[in-house]
Amino acid sequence: MNKINSIRKDWSLIETLIAEDRKILDIGCGDGGLMEQLENNRNAITHGIELNRDLAANAIARGFNVVHGNAELDLSQYSNNSFDYVILSQTLQAMMKPKDILSELLRIGSKAIVSFPNFGHWKIRLQLLISGKMPVTESLPYTWYDTPNIHFFTIKDFLNLCNEMNIVIEKSIGLTSKGKQFDISESVTGVNFFTHEAIFLLSYKNYEPIKIKSSKKVFAKNSVIAN
Amino acid sequence: MKTKFNTDTKLESEIAYFENINLKLESGDIIDSFKLAFKTYGKLNADKTNAILVCHALTGDQYVAGNNPITGREGWWSRMVGPNKPIDTNKFFVICSNVLGGCAGSTGPKELQNGSDVAYGGNFPSVTIKDMVKAQSLLIESLNIEKLFSVIGGSMGAMQALQWAIDFPDRILNIIHIAGALKHSAQNIAFHEVGRQAIMSDPIWKNGKYFENNEVPERGLSVARMIAHITYLSENAMHRKFGRKLQSRDIISFGFDADFQVESYLRYQGKSFVERFDANSYLYLTRAMDYFDHDETFRKNIEFSHNPNNHLKYLIVSFTSDWLFPTIESKMIVNQLNSLSREVSFLEIDTDKGHDSFLLEEPQLDDVIKGFLTNNFAKIDE
Repeated sequence: MNKINSIRKDWSLIETLIAEDRKILDIGCGDGGLMEQLENNRNAITHGIELNRDLAANAIARGFNVVHGNAELDLSQYSNNSFDYVILSQTLQAMMKPKDILSELLRIGSKAIVSFPNFGHWKIRLQLLISGKMPVTESLPYTWYDTPNIHFFTIKDFLNLCNEMNIVIEKSIGLTSKGKQFDISESVTGVNFFTHEAIFLLSYKNYEPIKIKSSKKVFAKNSVIAN
Repeated sequence: MKTKFNTDTKLESEIAYFENINLKLESGDIIDSFKLAFKTYGKLNADKTNAILVCHALTGDQYVAGNNPITGREGWWSRMVGPNKPIDTNKFFVICSNVLGGCAGSTGPKELQNGSDVAYGGNFPSVTIKDMVKAQSLLIESLNIEKLFSVIGGSMGAMQALQWAIDFPDRILNIIHIAGALKHSAQNIAFHEVGRQAIMSDPIWKNGKYFENNEVPERGLSVARMIAHITYLSENAMHRKFGRKLQSRDIISFGFDADFQVESYLRYQGKSFVERFDANSYLYLTRAMDYFDHDETFRKNIEFSHNPNNHLKYLIVSFTSDWLFPTIESKMIVNQLNSLSREVSFLEIDTDKGHDSFLLEEPQLDDVIKGFLTNNFAKIDE
């Protein structure tokens, strides 16, 4: 499976997680390929962020709403819940602060879709074990000194982080290196071993909003002042 | 704004006269009648959906493309506007008007006061960007165009485009805002002030009444232009273009002649500017830019506007080497629009050509403008 096919496969799986007529933010949107797909097939309203100047320019020239910028600095400008889905495809491992990004995704979006290459895949484990060198694979094709991927993690690590952050995994799709697709949550044993790439649909646990009872309107007034 | 459309409005050889219209300016002053000089390019389609207003910068005029009869040279954005150019006049109907307060045929300090044979000079009321846009909106109305497809401008033109988005969102579909800001910064006001002081301290200026003796405060105006011109470039661009190269000599003169090419270039810029621009107009227009400030109000205006403005698309462009309107200023606009979930695109173009980049050869700017217009126009055609 080459790189392009792998991304296309990723996109078509992402598409299956998205309902019709939704508002979507694609982080690292490139020249707008996924945005185009979701506009065409899901009637989505799409926005994108792209760090690479030329890719951003291409996307804008193709008519997409794309902001040339750095997600790690620029996500804070979006309001809470301003998107139905925020997509981070194949880039969490390249972020300086993946945990912060994850919580930003779910602040901005009602749901987040995150996909990443699994560092716990058996080929990677085997490479490190046998050669004693940092693994170089199809999904992680860079040498250690020039890789944009600075935070390697496995599915197990990701699940632990979600648990710690009270993030609910609504759906999870795994892909083997042969492109075979399966549900991560249903196949417990060996998942972390066989999953080549993983795609997660995430949301926060629904807490009951805290209601403060007050017979007078004084409280509301004060809260206005406090703002 | 409630526009009282006046039947006295007539279009004549590319000048629109608005008579007895009592245009109320932001300052409170009222101009009872005024005219706007304008040019159009291309053809308005049957549905009138393909009109684009191009707003010129501080020293621009209505001659955006083709030949400019004032200078005898090509229009100021002829590399951008024309048949098969990024703003394609085979496809779009492009309108460009000289701003209110300008000096290329629109009502401004150079023109005669209504009902008299004396020019306004310093008696011209203070105009703002908002006033310019209000006047433009009357022009668009008189051309029977209900909705502009796009309003496009760089620098002071970007200010006008933003003002359109604030004041008349229901009459436009998108804006392309290049090398602009929500406000004119302290540094920019400072540069303008130096330019104005140069003009006003020229003994020929005479409180703006130089025209009475058919004179022009050339020295003051050219110095103002020289200062401004420096701010439009960047250190790298100047170095690349001139370095320390000497002008028409092999050794330095140990005097105050234009030894260096950069000096000679600036002197030429100043000199050619006084031939085409009015000193009073320069004072008024720089002031209009200084007064531009939507820093505090932009968000509220967009969020709570009674005008429907959710449909608006914004394309914001900045240049890495622009120190007059740096990228951070553009990003403030982008931030506010994003925080309101508006449809905004933003690109910072990498160039060393400074603020003037928008007028110069920048292929990425061409591509983005062309693509943005073409694809968004295709969407409304669907």
